[in-house]
Amino acid sequence: MLPDQTINPHQWVNNHADYMYAYTLSRINDEEQARDLVQETFLAALERLDKFEGKSSERTWLTAILKNKIVDVYRKRSSGLISTGEHKEVHEMQEFFEEDGHWREDHQPRHFGVEDHNPLHDKEFNQILQKCMQKLPALWLAVFTMKHIDDEPTNVICTQLKVTDSNFWVIIHRAKVNLRACLQKNWI
Amino acid sequence: MSRLRNIIYNCREATYLIEKRLIGKITLREKIQLHIHFYGCSVCKLFNKQSRIINTMVKQLLINKGQPDLKLDDDFKNDMQHRIEDELNKK
Repeated sequence: MLPDQTINPHQWVNNHADYMYAYTLSRINDEEQARDLVQETFLAALERLDKFEGKSSERTWLTAILKNKIVDVYRKRSSGLISTGEHKEVHEMQEFFEEDGHWREDHQPRHFGVEDHNPLHDKEFNQILQKCMQKLPALWLAVFTMKHIDDEPTNVICTQLKVTDSNFWVIIHRAKVNLRACLQKNWI
Repeated sequence: MSRLRNIIYNCREATYLIEKRLIGKITLREKIQLHIHFYGCSVCKLFNKQSRIINTMVKQLLINKGQPDLKLDDDFKNDMQHRIEDELNKK
């Protein structure tokens, strides 16, 4: 199916607002901020209507603008936290492993049911998953969502969020260890 | 490269490599060390399995429909469309 390559701002809200709202909420779990971002995106899009070349669908075009706005929020949320948060983050991580790198007995991964992937549990599990994601420090969440939800190339994430390559991998690792632990704690 | 030599006995390093392998590349040497680690460590093997599933579920978060609460209310939508019309009229 060819994408609809026309643009019609009179139908934007009708056609795209709910999609864009859900898109934003899955990345920024703040309803008020999500609403604002959707609105800002429409207004920003109006400013550059002439830049729409019809190469992609209207929705893809609007989503690209929205995505940039979301990255701006990530950047704002994590700036200033990077230096002050570092110490705490390292400390949080040490709780999971002993000095020699072994799992601490009380933090070892245990079976908690996701391994069997029961679709009946999906909705409830997703809610816990989202709650656990929101507990991650802002920068970690930004890196994590850009990689895992948006499939952005690593170098793009590093440039946009101003993290080094080695920091990127440290964050990816810490985010997952924390997230997994949170799921285990809240799901069983 | 003491980090590499430590992988076999170090779960922190092993889980780091698990994550790196899932979305990026690790060296052949690292792959072998990780496999030796798995051989002796069922806990990290479980971590590996759970980590993959978590990635899949995170990706599905958006695709997962059936969340009626994820909709904007009509008043807000009407206001928004009015603002858009106002802007269009200015042009």
